[in-house]
Amino acid sequence: MMTSNLTGERIKKYLSEGKRFDNRKLEEFREISIETGVSKNAEGSARVKLGKTEVLVGIKMNVSEPYSDSPDKGNMMVTAELLPLSSPRFENGPPKFPAIELGRVIDRGIRESKFIDFEKLCIKKGEKVWTVFIDIYSINDDGNLLDAAGLGAIAALKNAKIPKYDEKNEKVLFGELSKDSIPLAKEIPISLTIHKVGDSLIVDPTREEEDISETRVTIGSSNGVISSMQKGNSKSLSVEEMSKILDLTEKIEKEISKKIERFFK
Amino acid sequence: MTKEFKRPDGRKVDELREMKAKVGVVPNADGSAMFSFGDTVAIAAVYGPKEHHPRNQRNPEEGTLRCTYNMLSFSVTDRIRPGPSRRSTEISKITEWALEPVVMIEKYPNMVIDVHVNILQANASTRCAGINAAAMALAHAGIPMKDIVSSVSIGKLDKQLVVDVNKYEEDWEEGEGATDIPITFTNSGELTHIQLDGKITSKQLKEAIELAREATKKIYEVQKEALKNPLREEK
Repeated sequence: MMTSNLTGERIKKYLSEGKRFDNRKLEEFREISIETGVSKNAEGSARVKLGKTEVLVGIKMNVSEPYSDSPDKGNMMVTAELLPLSSPRFENGPPKFPAIELGRVIDRGIRESKFIDFEKLCIKKGEKVWTVFIDIYSINDDGNLLDAAGLGAIAALKNAKIPKYDEKNEKVLFGELSKDSIPLAKEIPISLTIHKVGDSLIVDPTREEEDISETRVTIGSSNGVISSMQKGNSKSLSVEEMSKILDLTEKIEKEISKKIERFFK
Repeated sequence: MTKEFKRPDGRKVDELREMKAKVGVVPNADGSAMFSFGDTVAIAAVYGPKEHHPRNQRNPEEGTLRCTYNMLSFSVTDRIRPGPSRRSTEISKITEWALEPVVMIEKYPNMVIDVHVNILQANASTRCAGINAAAMALAHAGIPMKDIVSSVSIGKLDKQLVVDVNKYEEDWEEGEGATDIPITFTNSGELTHIQLDGKITSKQLKEAIELAREATKKIYEVQKEALKNPLREEK
């Protein structure tokens, strides 16, 4: 089920000539579609498609105790599930490394960019704060779930409304949403993954391209400021390559921001 | 049946919620489908027939149909923890039992057909929507089947039988409360699955089964229409 060597070699040869199987440029994304409010029982939700790749992201909220090191701040938890429904490669059972990494990379992208104002999610210092659950599900995996999930998380957060809270009985009224949105920063953090395939740097790989990708760097940034990064896979990068990746990220972040603007009006 | 019974959402007692069905919603899968009753939305994907692992579970007499039912954490108002639960394990098995009588599994000895059902949004009757989606996904995958199955939940609210209960009705508390009876029929009228929670006389249960039979005929039409017009042809 993995991409064959033969196909892999052909992809690399094409890339070295600046071509891809689906006619895209190396630095070009597939068509992005973002739909919000797709699940009625979630506080916020989004369906993101990158070509044939599709993810669903939902936001749920609950009131809980703050962590002792941040008594006046709300919490956030990101969970990702790679549903067996979305690919013949995913199996039932406890989450394996790819799902755990996906959740953690998206978590840091949002947390470190300070996109959510956690202080405003405090109800009573040291006792009660809101926890934001961001749950990511793959519906169809055709590569680059990372970036799809990143966009989905942002879109779902922007779509979310905080549930009503009964202060007298200290109970969350699930199913009844207030008019308040989650306090978010203006700048949208975008998480982008650059892959190195052969000697080429590409973005938004399809499943086949991702299979033969030797190394990848996921960078979370907003308006040119980088706030999180993760290099994945075991191949090394030269300093020049890393600096190329940073330049590329800056350029593409701008393009993507522009592309997704219309979804966030 | 009392005629003046008013359902909270204004439906007639034998009226289903608006149904939607789509085939080919997961391009990666060998077959896939979406089915919804109002706000209850289920998707199903079929992978296989394929090699059955672990090997010791292989059946040389016939193949294995392996269903998994899963609810997304945000499909309900009160978030559920991701991952399998006792409830989802049972419904997975129920889904298998509901489908097995029509799937010609004997054609695939030693192999397995995986059916993954996911509930994207829940407003009661999720297992029925899941079974309906699964049946369509199997047909879309080209698995040989003798028939197709259609599933519906019959409710008894106090003393009144109604078709396709929603969440509000499921939590009915007046009088005798709510009895929930999910039922699955083949198109030719064989019963492949029935469950019951609540309180009902055998006379009224027979009526409920008749109601379900009529309702599944309508569901079948929706499934059939969708199967004629899949979203995408290519895999």
